[in-house]
Amino acid sequence: MAKQYETVIGLEVHVELATKTKIFCGCSTAFGGRPNTHTCPVCTGMPGSLPVLNKQVVEYAVAVGLATNCTITQYCKFDRKNYFYPDNPQNYQISQLYLPICRNGSVEIEVAGEDGGTYTKPVRIHEIHMEEDAGKLVHDDWEDCTLVDYNRSGVPLIEIVSEPDMRSADEVIAYLEKLRLLIQYLGASDCKLQEGSMRADVNLSVREVGAEKFGTRTEMKNLNSFKAIARAIQGERERQIDLLEAGKEVIQETRRWDDNKEYSYAMRSKEDAQDYRYFPDPDLVPVYISDEWLENIRSRQPEFRTEKMKRYKEEYDIPEYDIDIITGSKHLADIFETCVALGSQPKKVSNWLMVETMRLLKEKEMEPEDIRFSPEHLSKLITLVDGKVINSSVAKEVFQVMFEEDVDPEQYVEEKGLKTVNDEGALRKVVEEVIAANPQSVEDYHNGKEKAIGFLVGQTMKAMKGKADPASVNQMLKELL
Amino acid sequence: MDILSLTAVELAKAIREGKTTAVEATQAVLDKIAAGEDTYHCYVTVEREKALKQAEEVQKKIEAGELTGPLAGVPFAIKDNMCTEGTLTTCSSKILENFVPTFSAEAVLNLEKAGAVILGKTNMDEFAMGSTTETSYYGVTKNPRNPEHVPGGSSGGSAAAVAAEECFAALGSDTGGSIRQPASYCGVVGMKPTYGTVSRYGLIAYGSSLDQIGPLTKDVTDCATVLEAITSHDPKDSTSMERKNTDFTSALVADVKGMKIGIPRDYFGEGLDPEVRDAVLAAAEVLKAQGAEVEEFDLSLVDYAIPTYYTIAAAEASSNLERFDGVKYGYRAQDAEDLHTMYKRSRSQGFGPEVKRRIMLGSFVLSSGYYDAYYLKALRVKALIKKAFDEAFAKYDVILGPVAPTTAPKLGSSLSDPIKMYLGDIYTISINLAGLPGISVPCGTDSKGLPIGMQLIGDCFQEKKLIRAAYTYEQSVK
Repeated sequence: MAKQYETVIGLEVHVELATKTKIFCGCSTAFGGRPNTHTCPVCTGMPGSLPVLNKQVVEYAVAVGLATNCTITQYCKFDRKNYFYPDNPQNYQISQLYLPICRNGSVEIEVAGEDGGTYTKPVRIHEIHMEEDAGKLVHDDWEDCTLVDYNRSGVPLIEIVSEPDMRSADEVIAYLEKLRLLIQYLGASDCKLQEGSMRADVNLSVREVGAEKFGTRTEMKNLNSFKAIARAIQGERERQIDLLEAGKEVIQETRRWDDNKEYSYAMRSKEDAQDYRYFPDPDLVPVYISDEWLENIRSRQPEFRTEKMKRYKEEYDIPEYDIDIITGSKHLADIFETCVALGSQPKKVSNWLMVETMRLLKEKEMEPEDIRFSPEHLSKLITLVDGKVINSSVAKEVFQVMFEEDVDPEQYVEEKGLKTVNDEGALRKVVEEVIAANPQSVEDYHNGKEKAIGFLVGQTMKAMKGKADPASVNQMLKELL
Repeated sequence: MDILSLTAVELAKAIREGKTTAVEATQAVLDKIAAGEDTYHCYVTVEREKALKQAEEVQKKIEAGELTGPLAGVPFAIKDNMCTEGTLTTCSSKILENFVPTFSAEAVLNLEKAGAVILGKTNMDEFAMGSTTETSYYGVTKNPRNPEHVPGGSSGGSAAAVAAEECFAALGSDTGGSIRQPASYCGVVGMKPTYGTVSRYGLIAYGSSLDQIGPLTKDVTDCATVLEAITSHDPKDSTSMERKNTDFTSALVADVKGMKIGIPRDYFGEGLDPEVRDAVLAAAEVLKAQGAEVEEFDLSLVDYAIPTYYTIAAAEASSNLERFDGVKYGYRAQDAEDLHTMYKRSRSQGFGPEVKRRIMLGSFVLSSGYYDAYYLKALRVKALIKKAFDEAFAKYDVILGPVAPTTAPKLGSSLSDPIKMYLGDIYTISINLAGLPGISVPCGTDSKGLPIGMQLIGDCFQEKKLIRAAYTYEQSVK
């Protein structure tokens, strides 16, 4: 009988923090910008420059640690990780090895099981540490030279290191989703895999089911989407099983996943692993997080998803499915809550988010975090519909423009003359014209074909250029017929 | 009036009183440099035009009443490991032969704010690694008291420039004695302040946890005045401290009545030149005669200071000097076919033997498997040394001892035996390990006429006690 294998996975997740300035200097962390324009002597490693810690980085790291049930290291330090590479201007990266800011955490993940139901399990977090990002190497094929852009050098990162507690790609994705949501709720990062503000390295080994010892693991890098992660896990699992089945050994090494070829390449093995010669950075003083500071950060923790879902169920009369989707994005939940606070009916807000918003997000391949329209404008739009100032099909048109350009719907409706005509005399005149012009439909209606009235409503709306309330049109038609 | 023989404070006063001008003084000192450099070679770079232009501007401000401080118009020399915007900064290394910083060190800016004129950059041991200024890529500096001898190091160029009247005062840096020892060898005053007193921003690091910038001057009054000018809390340096009562000149009082001075027996044992011993003990007698209570005591742990220092300083240096790789600035080896070769060749060709020795030593003590046995142990010993000093300062205001075991050795006699050279740092390095302030004050000469220095060591933040004791001694023997 063929052997049964179990996959054992641990993750190292890098998250770029949403600070305005870099971790050790005042340079902007804004994405883009011409090469080497967001730089200074500190983040380009000029002789004589010195790092000064950005306090916000500590606050975000602690907030993430608290959200993942970690113990906070109240006296923590930065260490230098020494290695030579041109993207690293000092040839050492300031990171944390000996006293990382958070330790011993865990998060509960919810995973779809094979039986169609869901199961939950904890994933333990070994540690979270703070560190600086490196610059970017750009190869110029034309000149055959490599250039360095230090704009990203010194952008703050946290690295979240899990224990090897995951057993499948589904669990890995559930864990990443969980982290992403927690961190987005904290506003500590936008956690976009594609843009690299969240990066996951997968440590994977296989062992026979029931075996006590872990197998030899490999580390997989360059995973830029959940799909790539799932494929890489599947691919690496199979590669390792094939090796074992063939009586060969898995080599402990770092591999690079090529998602186009769906194959990974060995980057470096344990044998040529570098000695990073870590030691405490003498340029930085230890970080002391007082009880008071810690409590202050704790008191500012937001309401997370689980609590939010519970509260929505109690407070708003909206379907559980809607709650699930809305709270699945901090940004959506914020829009929802602001609209409700502005007086819009929860059910109506939820409908706009669930139907039109989701449709447009899908159409434009956007994430809910990318939504640009303001809750104030959505609230105004709902008020316009409620007050019958515009009808629902006009509202959808306005919403589309709002979604794209965040226009003020009141102003837009006014400027474009989209208000529903409420002048009964004008409407009666158009309805009479439509009746006169469509004798066949009128006859059908009188002969009991109720549907014929729909055609007449349509004709009236068309003649009114959509600016009528269909219910009023319907009523008037019935009266006149 | 012989301008060049004035102290910095005397010169500034003469300028304020209209007896001379900043330009005249700068011109005089530039002429002296032109005459003396062939013999002494104190400078790596002299900025003639820049200095004269700066002197003109300073003179205008003095006349307009915008600059009224005690150093306004005084020409200074800066050790070549402090960044100076627009002026070559080499650390006396080939690897920085073409490095022109885009910003100035905070200490230099503070001096300029006080109205100083910057003459140029002084020679030093390469990356401050050495005790003789002979490891410089740009040639040796000679001791103005006797050009057959070294000026000491690593701030040898700064000390020699002060002694040779090629500046009125200078800045040096001290990681294990690099201000105090050359001051002692050249017969000038040199002070290493409490760690964190002077910003390290812009100081090209050797051993970050030990480095401190300080003054090299003609007398104690200049020393206190310069220290007061360069002291500042700098938010750009995380290890910079917010200190109160930094009016160091207020301690220029000739009175040590009741001051408790401890003399560590450990500092007067084997290896100490008898002439140095006698001169230092005689200086202690002078202070005693002025009313200080002087007694001997056992400091302990002195023997451990050298291995501890060379472990910590080399470890930090091995990492600090990684940025010199030929990629971004400085020397790059040509014709390397790949990145790794470029790194290797640039560093092999760019660094001198003493720097390489310390990089290798430092890399070794930090490497996996040796970290605990060397680096971590050294940190523990460092803490014990600090504790030994804490106990001493519970009893004494000031500790008095020699700066170095001998007077300045002859040129070329030190580098062949690095261990012996390292042992020469024995009285100065524990002060860096403990973060304490120390001052070197001239206390006579040996039979060859070479200067001898007395070292006064204070508890953290007690520079004023040192200044008071040093000033009292200086006034007593005038």
